[in-house]
Amino acid sequence: MDPSPETLLDLHRRMVRIRHFEEAAGRLAEQNRLPGFLHLYVGEEAVAAGVCANLDDDDQISSTHRGHGHLVAKGGDYGGMMAELMGKATGYCGGKGGSMHICDLDLGMLGANGIVGGGVPIAVGAGFANKYRGSDRVSVVFFGDGASNIGAFHEAANMAAALSLPVLFVCENNEYGEFTPRDRTMAITDVVDRAAGYGMPGAIVDGMDVVAVWEAASEAVSRARRGEGPSFIEAKTYRFYNHHGVQTLGMKYRSDDELEQWKQRDPIELFEDRLASAGVLDADGAQAVHDAAEADIEAAIAFAEESPLPDPDSLLVDVYTQAEYSGATA
Amino acid sequence: MTPPTDTEERRIAYGAAFTEGLAQMMDADPNVFVAGEDVGRAGGVFGSFRGLNERFGDMRVVDTPISEQAIVGLGTGAAVSGLRPVVDVMFMDFMLVAMDQIVNQAAKLKYMFGGKATLPMTITTSAGAGLSAAAQHSQSLEAMLCHIPGLKVVMPSNPYDAKGLLISCIRDDNPTVFVKHKRLLGLKGEVPEDLYEIPLGAASTVRSGDDVTVVTYGRMVHEATSAANALASAGIECDVIDLRTLQPLDMDTVVQSAQRTSRVAVVHEAVRFGGLGGEIASQIAEEAFDYLDAPIERIGAPFSPVPFSPVLEKEWVPNAEMIGERIRALAAA
Ligand SMILES: Cc1ncc(C[n+]2csc(CCOP(=O)(O)OP(=O)(O)O)c2C)c(N)n1
Ligand SMILES: [Mg+2]
Repeated sequence: MDPSPETLLDLHRRMVRIRHFEEAAGRLAEQNRLPGFLHLYVGEEAVAAGVCANLDDDDQISSTHRGHGHLVAKGGDYGGMMAELMGKATGYCGGKGGSMHICDLDLGMLGANGIVGGGVPIAVGAGFANKYRGSDRVSVVFFGDGASNIGAFHEAANMAAALSLPVLFVCENNEYGEFTPRDRTMAITDVVDRAAGYGMPGAIVDGMDVVAVWEAASEAVSRARRGEGPSFIEAKTYRFYNHHGVQTLGMKYRSDDELEQWKQRDPIELFEDRLASAGVLDADGAQAVHDAAEADIEAAIAFAEESPLPDPDSLLVDVYTQAEYSGATA
Repeated sequence: MTPPTDTEERRIAYGAAFTEGLAQMMDADPNVFVAGEDVGRAGGVFGSFRGLNERFGDMRVVDTPISEQAIVGLGTGAAVSGLRPVVDVMFMDFMLVAMDQIVNQAAKLKYMFGGKATLPMTITTSAGAGLSAAAQHSQSLEAMLCHIPGLKVVMPSNPYDAKGLLISCIRDDNPTVFVKHKRLLGLKGEVPEDLYEIPLGAASTVRSGDDVTVVTYGRMVHEATSAANALASAGIECDVIDLRTLQPLDMDTVVQSAQRTSRVAVVHEAVRFGGLGGEIASQIAEEAFDYLDAPIERIGAPFSPVPFSPVLEKEWVPNAEMIGERIRALAAA
């Protein structure tokens, strides 16, 4: 199915919003205005945007340490995100989680994750709940090439297939786990080869082509909604910045050449060229989307900066829930 | 035990002392190899393995997949087969992914096999809060490990101990866990160039005093020492004991001090409830109850996951000021 012009514009907007959030976060980090680790998603926007454009608010996703893009693509609020990155009380997690634990349960975003592979079984659990309730909701798990080496991924993939759960596995293969290239940590080139071992259909898509991602995800999501079980998509992509932060650390683990070649295939620029030649969105129209995102991000930064710090008395709040059993919930 | 004073004192960082001890053991013993995530080409995310891959090659400094369970298992199997592995689990929090291999396998093989297996494996890792790394990258989980018969656990507080304890861990024929504190990696101190051991299970007294015994380890040695130094001006003199090894515990040193001072505080960064402080306090109560003039004070982090926001995290990590207040109250009790 070809995406409608509305879908194309929606995909563009999602990608642009991710890019502006991440660029702003990177700038703030370089100015030492963000505490903690920051894993930026710049370069990989087409994956989150192409997948999440197929989802509704009550479809769930689980994410990774590189999770901002997933939340923005799911409709996350810039203000709550930026405030969380700054450790403010108004942040998504009240300042307790930070970048690596950002989440929005109302949007079905079950959290970024500090543990590689940690989110994979969680998405499978969400998929189980969807099937249990007889709903046509689906869950999506985003994970890296590196994460496909951890036991949690393998156990969860097998379980999703064995129980025929409505789950979509989206591997963001950016060729590196931290500073180590994929070919030093696995003997296969395509992570998708692993899907066959668990009995689920898999596809490779160009992760710099948002329409290709959207199409593959659309098919897999429909399949899951029809009750036909899990699928696997491997998106070949690349991160434009370092594993964490913006600058490359002292160590040189990938060549400038390689980085430049991938940057030539910037997913947003590629898509804007395509939108222009298809007559869907011209350069001015695209610029307006960027400007709107930039204005939003400026407002979000101002909101976050003006926001109060968490009250030290909140330290022990929410270790446990205080709610009483209230009978069966809907 | 204080570091021997070299004629020409050489000061290097805690992280560099670790690297040096490891490299010297690799030079000395061809069975020693290292495996872990990013330890090879990248030299480790904290730089603790820098230069080793270039020097010793891919077979002895192995970049592994992100597979903590298999990393520890690799070490266990290789150790049982006659090698002397050093396996790195980047953050202590990630050890939880490998807990079956650590607890059910490595720690117990020798015993279960009637003594037949020998497991000269060292697991190295990094613990500790204070970097806004949030709840899954900041924990101090040493009490869990010390609870497991078969494991030895060390947590050095300074560069000299880091090198000497690492060498002892690698030479030890039991599975050992070597825990660095992330915030100590840059701390400089005097470190001899030669290969030396610090015996496992031997505490060191870093400061002497007759009023209060302060038992601590890891980064809290520094917070406790600065608290003790401040209290000295108020006339309260503390014995500050750096345990260095947490399993086995050097209770002789602790109990002797407690008998002399009659007042004891135990300080660790880990969550207070269920922390090592409880074990140490009970053993003191068993061995020196009649000598005590006040209940044993346990200082540790509050009962919550480590929060992200710097304001909350600062509240969470025990510091010299609050340690000083508690010791002052203990001295007056
Ligand atoms: C269990 C566990 N092991 C190791 C780490 C440290 N770590 C954080 S991100 C990362 C690399 C992940 O690579 P990949 O899954 O490919 O995701 P990418 O960063 O490339 O997006 C590693 C090793 C971790 N957070 N959790
Ligand atoms: Mg990767």
